[in-house]
Amino acid sequence: MINNLQLPPWALWAMVLALIVFIAMVVISVRRNHGIKRSLFASPYILWMFIFTLLPCVLIAYYAFTDVNGHFTLDNFSSFWDSNYIMRENLRSVAGDEMAATVARGSVNVDTLVYSLWMALLCTVVSLILGYPAALFMADRKMKLGPTLVVLFIIPMWMNFLLRTIAWMSLLEDNGLINAFLERIGVGKVQLMYNQQAVLLGMVYNFLPFMVFPIYTSLSKMDPKLAEAAQDLGCNDMLTLLKVTMPLSLPGVISGITMVFMPSVTTFFIPRVLGGGNTRMFGDLIESTFKTAGNWNLGSALSLIMMVLILISLSILRKADPNGEGGGIV
Amino acid sequence: MMEKEHLIDLKHISKEYDGVTVLDDISLYIRKKEFVTLLGPSGCGKTTTLRIIGGFETPTSGEVLFEGKDIVSLPPYKRRVNTVFQKYALFPHLNVYDNIAFGLKLKKMSKAEIQKRVDYMLDLVNLAGYGKRRVDALSGGQQQRVAIARSLVNEPEVLLLDEPLGALDLKLRKDMQLELKSMQQRLGITFLYVTHDQEEALTMSDTIVVMRDGHILQIGDPKHIYDEPANAFVADFIGESNILRGEMIHDELVSFAGREFPCVDFGFGEHVPVDVVIRPEDIMLVGEDVGQLVGTVQSVLFKGVHYEMMIDCGTFTFKVHSTTMEPQGSKVGLNVVPFNIHIMKPMKEAGK
Repeated sequence: MINNLQLPPWALWAMVLALIVFIAMVVISVRRNHGIKRSLFASPYILWMFIFTLLPCVLIAYYAFTDVNGHFTLDNFSSFWDSNYIMRENLRSVAGDEMAATVARGSVNVDTLVYSLWMALLCTVVSLILGYPAALFMADRKMKLGPTLVVLFIIPMWMNFLLRTIAWMSLLEDNGLINAFLERIGVGKVQLMYNQQAVLLGMVYNFLPFMVFPIYTSLSKMDPKLAEAAQDLGCNDMLTLLKVTMPLSLPGVISGITMVFMPSVTTFFIPRVLGGGNTRMFGDLIESTFKTAGNWNLGSALSLIMMVLILISLSILRKADPNGEGGGIV
Repeated sequence: MMEKEHLIDLKHISKEYDGVTVLDDISLYIRKKEFVTLLGPSGCGKTTTLRIIGGFETPTSGEVLFEGKDIVSLPPYKRRVNTVFQKYALFPHLNVYDNIAFGLKLKKMSKAEIQKRVDYMLDLVNLAGYGKRRVDALSGGQQQRVAIARSLVNEPEVLLLDEPLGALDLKLRKDMQLELKSMQQRLGITFLYVTHDQEEALTMSDTIVVMRDGHILQIGDPKHIYDEPANAFVADFIGESNILRGEMIHDELVSFAGREFPCVDFGFGEHVPVDVVIRPEDIMLVGEDVGQLVGTVQSVLFKGVHYEMMIDCGTFTFKVHSTTMEPQGSKVGLNVVPFNIHIMKPMKEAGK
């Protein structure tokens, strides 16, 4: 949906300028080195990064701190804390302070954020509880089934994320497979969709591989002699797991948490399809603020808040795994 | 030092992996306070033997007795042995102190007692003051000492060492050999040591077990193994050797390199093929006219203490170690005293 808001003119100029600088640099590089240097092959990527990553980030910051007319304002952030802020301010200018005071504080945005964080946390915890034993099983050299399990975990990932979520619909809906089965065995229909559990199920299902694989990688990189040494020094299987295997797989766990938690907070498709609009998450809110409400400024402010939160949690996780051994996105 | 009593008895141990035999009917015993070395080329089954005693492998058949009781089904953490692994296997998430204290903490020992014992161990392996260091910040030799301390602190009945010095440079290795040996004697702990380095085995061991292809070829003390190798393989593996095909004429007379030599061996029968082994340092260089054999010096290498010369006697080229040098191309006589000619059954039979 195209809305009335236009890109600021400088955004276009920035793109043109980037293109000119890019071409000039390529020409200079070719001239100076009398030919093409290997590093030149990276330049299209740098241009791509500038136009599609860096510039949009700058634009988000720009919109977040401006109003519809392009003037600097912090109203968007006030609207985040209090979703009735604009309404109250408008009322104040028309009917005075007294009337404005009757407009209660709106907490939709903050509540949605808190709810999203809560759901993402639940999803991460459930993924970890399900994923760690799976990774342990897959990485166990004595298990002949391990490699098969790895493939079984990968296969669903080849299918589109949206399709996988929609597939859950046909399982969970009132006339879906599960309810058909329940009816057949005499239990009767059960409301499975459009609630928090369905959303959580969809999220865990989609993000579980992102938990399993980093842990699996760090476990399979582990020297099996370390577990033997633990046994040698008096650990039974349980103690070996607790005292050696788990601490050593921590980088993988951290990487897994990052890769599940981050996309969980911002997911909007799963709550929409499986939650049926009953449960709204922050990604959902950002999307509808942009598209349905057409408010790019508030949408950008919400996105910026999200980004800052992600950066903060990334730096916290990075502290716990300073070497980035988990190899994830940190 | 060592006592008569058997601490560990391996009885008819065999081990197969997917139909491939790695150990074939191995039997040996280890006495209390003994320093036993399993010696052999890689793939001979020495590490597998060690792992069976440590509890990391289960033999396909056979018994492992510890003080007379079968321990085959006992998991590693219930065995009174500790292992020093080949690449040390130190826990990277723990510092030096916590690595060494690992086993003690599991035994629910008091903090003060743990502190006392770990400090004693750090002293013993010359790492006092290193407790707080990260293990990956240590040199190879230091890591090795931590690995030894981590095992010894548990006061095992037997310490199993799997090529513990393999990753160290020559000088450090020699120092550690002596240190390990003196540590073993001071603490009175039984050591079972695995190595492919014959010199290391000769330096440290009370008893050497020479292995090849899953078989034990010879068991004996270092001197016995060096002086009386059971077959040409052992002779070649333990030190350098000249190995020739020969024929036993009758008792105390053997023929090789085109002539007959008096020797001290007997009981082989008459006119039977044998392997003859002569150590390079046992060949004496004499004048051309008085030598049992005459040959031409083909090459001379300076080896520090001695010269190594290859001397061509027509039918065979002898390797000779001598402190005096004969120039390349010169003719020399070779003499061997009867005592230094070792006669053994040809390899094929001896391997059985």
